[in-house]
Amino acid sequence: MINKVRPHISQNEALLFERSSPGKRAYQLPRLDVPEVDAGALLGAANVRSGIEGFPEVSEVEAIRHFTRLSTWNYAIDYGMYPLGSCTMKYNPRINELVARIDGLAWAHPYQPEALSQGCMEVMARVESALAEITGMDAVTLQPAAGAHGELTGILLIRALLERRGNPRKKILIPDSAHGTNPATAAIAGYAVENIKSGENGALDVNALEQLVTEDVAALMVTNPNTLGVFEHNIIQASEILHRKGALLYMDGANMNALVGIARPGDFGVDVMHLNLHKTFSTPHGGGGPGAGPVAVKKQFEPFLPIPRIRRAAKKLIYDYKLKYSIGRVRAFYGNFGVLVRALAYILAHGGPGLRNATVDAVLNAVYIRKKLEPYYDLPYPSPNMHEVVFSDKRQEAHGLHTGDLAKRLIDYGFHPYTVSFPLIVHGALMIEPTETEGKLEIDQFVEAMISIAHEAETDPQTVKTAPHGTRTSRVDEVSAARKPVLRWKPI
Amino acid sequence: MLDACGVASAEELFAHLPEAARLNRPLALDPGISEYEIVDYFKKRAAHNANGYTSFLGAGVYHHYRPVLVDAVVSRGEFLTSYTPYQAEIAQGTLTTIFEFQTMMCQLTGMDVANASMYDGSTALPEAAMMAVRATGKGRVLVARNVHPEYREVLRTYARHQGMPVVEFGYVAETGAVDLEDLERHIDPLTAAVIVQSPNFFGVIDQVKAAAEVAHKHGALLIMVFTEAVSLGILEPPADADIVAGELQSFAISPCYGGPFAGVIATKEKFMRQLPGRLVGQTVDSRGNRAFCLTLSTREQHIRREKATSNICTNQALIALMATVFMTVYGKQGLRELALQNLAKANYLADKSQRRFTAPCFNEFVARVEGQSPDELNKALLKTRIIGGLPLAKHYPELSDCVLLCSTEMTPRESMDLVATALASKKPVEVQA
Repeated sequence: MINKVRPHISQNEALLFERSSPGKRAYQLPRLDVPEVDAGALLGAANVRSGIEGFPEVSEVEAIRHFTRLSTWNYAIDYGMYPLGSCTMKYNPRINELVARIDGLAWAHPYQPEALSQGCMEVMARVESALAEITGMDAVTLQPAAGAHGELTGILLIRALLERRGNPRKKILIPDSAHGTNPATAAIAGYAVENIKSGENGALDVNALEQLVTEDVAALMVTNPNTLGVFEHNIIQASEILHRKGALLYMDGANMNALVGIARPGDFGVDVMHLNLHKTFSTPHGGGGPGAGPVAVKKQFEPFLPIPRIRRAAKKLIYDYKLKYSIGRVRAFYGNFGVLVRALAYILAHGGPGLRNATVDAVLNAVYIRKKLEPYYDLPYPSPNMHEVVFSDKRQEAHGLHTGDLAKRLIDYGFHPYTVSFPLIVHGALMIEPTETEGKLEIDQFVEAMISIAHEAETDPQTVKTAPHGTRTSRVDEVSAARKPVLRWKPI
Repeated sequence: MLDACGVASAEELFAHLPEAARLNRPLALDPGISEYEIVDYFKKRAAHNANGYTSFLGAGVYHHYRPVLVDAVVSRGEFLTSYTPYQAEIAQGTLTTIFEFQTMMCQLTGMDVANASMYDGSTALPEAAMMAVRATGKGRVLVARNVHPEYREVLRTYARHQGMPVVEFGYVAETGAVDLEDLERHIDPLTAAVIVQSPNFFGVIDQVKAAAEVAHKHGALLIMVFTEAVSLGILEPPADADIVAGELQSFAISPCYGGPFAGVIATKEKFMRQLPGRLVGQTVDSRGNRAFCLTLSTREQHIRREKATSNICTNQALIALMATVFMTVYGKQGLRELALQNLAKANYLADKSQRRFTAPCFNEFVARVEGQSPDELNKALLKTRIIGGLPLAKHYPELSDCVLLCSTEMTPRESMDLVATALASKKPVEVQA
């Protein structure tokens, strides 16, 4: 029984280029208060283009209707729960959007004098110190633009430290349960990747680690809690094994929302880590960005951090560009400042106790879902989970259904699918993360939907197989899209 | 819920964590504050920044008017609070706007394909260079000294550990454009790419076509960088380039102290499979209706892991949407008019200044400061609530007597007259407003 949603009419809409007609306009420009110029005479005729072939020409009302109509074709957090494991789709408080648009912040130019940038610098200094406290690390760089960018920065820092010690080493160890960005990052930083098989319980196998850590190993990259949502209980031991052999421990902070206020990576042996501010600290995903990926490090990495660093000098904040061993810049200017503003608003709103409560609620929600769904779905790893839970499609596979099919059916019940087929160590994974911002009502509806789908899998697998049925767009042919790529509109 | 979970208290949910890993004290952060107090906090921070100044700063970040429609669209929860559009059936809104974005990027740059956006221009550049390395099988990269200095720094950071030597070549001291002879001297058969920027860091419209000829003669690709996207409204598209890597901040993205912005990489069809980042393609749904989805994901990290074209996981969808709305509002005619206004404004000021370079400029130019240092000039201007141009000494010691001045459609004539007067005074003076 589907009772969370029912279909409603949605408007069709052509592409901008198809609904354009010559001469229509949605813009206004101020009166030019200087003499007009002849572009051809100033720039040389060869440098001046004739016109932008195919560019849109629509009126203002057509423009707003175009984008509004398209927007209604999206699912969003504002519609309902997004149980995407690993992605941490929590509510995005609107206050964050408002403060990021305050003129003095939004219109600050990165090269305006330091004396006229103190407000921005204060914001950044406060974000740095809050993140250092939350992670238990000594210093933070805010420059990386996203999680994967933070990973790259972190691995370059490890490389720089090891080079300084005389040998950058050759390999990065990565568990087979890791996010795909981890191995891709290691490769860009000039390291070979060696996979570690997860132990029987899905956790890091310290015996295997002991064997693998040689003089060639620069670091181990782990996600903690791991991608099964399970806390790596051997993490301190793993850190000791690495440190004994001169290697380092990198933590992917994608799941930091399970730890804030409860445990700190800096206290359990992590040397370098990144955070995803668009996950743990609630800055909106925006359909895929922008995010921010600050990197937190232990003291010994400070001389290697990207330039510039913010320093406190007498009564003001200044930029320090003189870091002898800096890895250099990873991005122009100072990072995604606007995202930092939103994250700080979230931190200020919650405060220390509130942040910890958010963690507790996130874990409680995930454990609750696990208990409710365990009778219906195969749970491959029985270890206690934290902020997310991973099932497999083993029981539904008997009826010819895969995790992707179950996920598509969830759409008909008014939910965004969970994360499909990840982590790779679980056959046909269903990775579910409710976050702390979902209440019991929404979660119970989700649980009912999942149970109902489990029944349908047995009684009416065809309906599941061909889902979604209630959407304006039915199942999309991704195979043809890749076989014959059409990546832009062209006039017929 | 606790009962259902089989625990007596929420604390029990964490009992399995090793004791040594636990934080046994509260976080040393203040208690939470209300919405009003948060607004107040940030307003006070904003008050410690420049407020009510006219700025002549450009150098990769430009002050352009943001049409009201932009925030009206990106504030819709369906765009703001949606995830990366993996589930195409319920993400057609985002996917369609990205397809339109990719199309408009092609129309602007004259390239065949464009990706769904990059973090920003400065990181798009090394990704473009890595693309050229993959496409040519060669490793060396030449970059012009008049490419944005911070972009070059980012390029060096990325290149250092990839066996990708980065070598710089010069500009012509008189014109400010790339020195083609110096390029010829540096290029060799191992060169994968030649990187030029236009308008370049000095605001000069650079010799993309001529640089491309040199690059192609030696089997290298030509990468063109742009930081001022509005220039594409009037300038001939860089059809001779093989890869275009740019920054879209000018398209309704607030300066926001340097980010978040959106970059883009566009290229010729034959290099499509070397592109990093997300791509949206057209297809059909099971009922035969046109639909869009993420595609060619076999290039990407979540499939290819360490063999991916890039480690990038995301694009800058919401920021790219701002640019898409901006391009829609201005459209074919408006973007051209906007570019012409920028050209007129900058030339008005340039005509009253001592131009350092002779080649034509778009909306920023290098001015020589006489009888006073650029810092003294800027200090005097600050008293009239004007933030002057960027002094160039830090990145170009040979231009230590110069500033990079930018004027856009938002720069009032009166402020330009004040700057011109201050420049003409040839000595540190009190500027009278």
